[in-house]
Amino acid sequence: MPVVEIEGLTKSYRVYQKNEGLLAAVRGLFHRQYRTVDAVRGIDLTVEQGEFVAFLGPNGAGKTTTLKLLSGVIHPSGGTAHVMGYVPWKREHAYRRRFALVMGQKNQLWWDLPAQESFRLHQQIYRIDATDFDRTRDELTELLQVRQLLGRPVRELSLGERMKMELIAALLHSPEVLFLDEPTIGLDVVAQHNIQQFLKHYQEVRQITILLTSHYMKDVAALCRRAVIIAQGRIMYDGSLAGIVDRFSGHKVVTLAFADDAELPNLARFGTVVEARAPKVKLRVDRPKVAEMLAAVLSQHVVSDVSVEDPPLEEVIADMFQSAEASLATADA
Amino acid sequence: MSTAAATFVSRFGVWWTILRICIEERLVYRGDFALGTLMRFLPIITQTFLWTAVFVGAGGPAAIGGFTRDEFIAYYLLTYVARAFSSMPGLASSIAAQVRSGEIKKYLVQPIDLLTFLFLSRLAHKLVYYAVATAPFALVFYICRGYFHGWPDAPTLGAFVLSLMMSFLLGFFLEATLGMIGFWFLEVSSLLFVYMLFNFFFSGHMFPLTILSEPWRTIVLYQPLQYLAYFPAAVFLGKVQGPELVQGLLGQAAWTFAFIVAARTAMHFGLKRYSAFGG
Repeated sequence: MPVVEIEGLTKSYRVYQKNEGLLAAVRGLFHRQYRTVDAVRGIDLTVEQGEFVAFLGPNGAGKTTTLKLLSGVIHPSGGTAHVMGYVPWKREHAYRRRFALVMGQKNQLWWDLPAQESFRLHQQIYRIDATDFDRTRDELTELLQVRQLLGRPVRELSLGERMKMELIAALLHSPEVLFLDEPTIGLDVVAQHNIQQFLKHYQEVRQITILLTSHYMKDVAALCRRAVIIAQGRIMYDGSLAGIVDRFSGHKVVTLAFADDAELPNLARFGTVVEARAPKVKLRVDRPKVAEMLAAVLSQHVVSDVSVEDPPLEEVIADMFQSAEASLATADA
Repeated sequence: MSTAAATFVSRFGVWWTILRICIEERLVYRGDFALGTLMRFLPIITQTFLWTAVFVGAGGPAAIGGFTRDEFIAYYLLTYVARAFSSMPGLASSIAAQVRSGEIKKYLVQPIDLLTFLFLSRLAHKLVYYAVATAPFALVFYICRGYFHGWPDAPTLGAFVLSLMMSFLLGFFLEATLGMIGFWFLEVSSLLFVYMLFNFFFSGHMFPLTILSEPWRTIVLYQPLQYLAYFPAAVFLGKVQGPELVQGLLGQAAWTFAFIVAARTAMHFGLKRYSAFGG
């Protein structure tokens, strides 16, 4: 039985539309204009137990709104959702004891107190047995290497250290479902890597279900096998990460290193030249034309090295977002 | 242990931990807290001089609204005690600010009741305040002991303590209700300004409400704000006695209950409406 079941879920917001300038501000006092923002437009989704699913999409695509709906923070405008059999927006304590939400841009710890005080409060709120609490806290602080920071006020921690503490607070009650909303936002490369490694290890050991939103493809590639792509509130893709490139990228990136330093040949007829710096040329080539192009070049030139790669995931997804937004805008019009 | 008893013990553990952590948080900024607490006593001195001047000045009245000069100053000191229980600085505005900033989300995903949490947090703030302010209060009352004509009898003292407890509850739930309006308006500072203005005059903080002329006096004595300052002070001074005292305590309990319901209802519908838009 799926852990997360969503059918036709929609969420619309009515937002105040303010024009620029003082006159518009005064006019707004008497005649307010509103517009409806359809943040989530009838999505269907199921997630099985133990899956680590990435929610990808541009800003305002509906990723965070979906997590807010699934964690019961907001009520939907339509549709249904069940997480572990619970309707999230009923906000039953029994449900709230079984999941956790971590938002990279929001602090849930007590700002002026050491994190261990927030942990102790979580122990009481989630009714965690004292022995289990000590064991879990010690295990998590050990894994994230923050034991020595437990007594330091949260406001004095670095962003990376704070996020580690946020994760510990969220995991103390051993949730079966974890919603992660951009957990590595603003972190440096080392802190991002540490958190990735921790999440990967934790999920593999505990087999919990995790839904992750992130703009960092390194997070997604390191952690998730399944990706759900949302654009303008609609699911555009649901499948494997590898499948995204196969499905949405019609080209390969071919890099050729010529043996002689002489003038580089003109390869524009085979595709789009991305970079040409002797002795190397990098170009985009339509997939069906790759074999033909390589045969032609190899027969005419001495090539010392050649590589044929899929385009970077970020690039494919960015292209896909643009085309999806364009087609949805056309459809809406 | 029965299931009900186990549930209560578990809940008490949560309440106690929240209370303890809120107290710890309150003690972090010691300097600001101590200064804020002590500065609240300054107006007592100025008001004492003001009302002394009104009564003692040439041709001054023997009593105003049934209060002599001594009673007037004693009343004013007692309203300070009442307001130490009923005033909730920053409560409504912080609820609205948390709604606006999205910080309120952290309470919505945890198995805890938002209003209970806010209540315990405020209780902790008050306990710390009393711990720090008791000595200065005692000193001020000792210096001004000449304005009081002995202690009231035990039933009156009991009624006074009861009215103080209820003024704390009423003040909390009244301001919490105003804060919950933040789910609709997001910004409630103007609303709070109006409320504070009415509170200042109609709670009896500035003067005993009995000095008002009719029909204002009757109108004001029917509204809930009087229970935040006037009523406890009047009870202590024996200005409200017998059936009138019972009626007053019942009225205070009714208003308290009404605002408990109002705060709960506003939170229920506010959370349904909450959009957490944009973050």
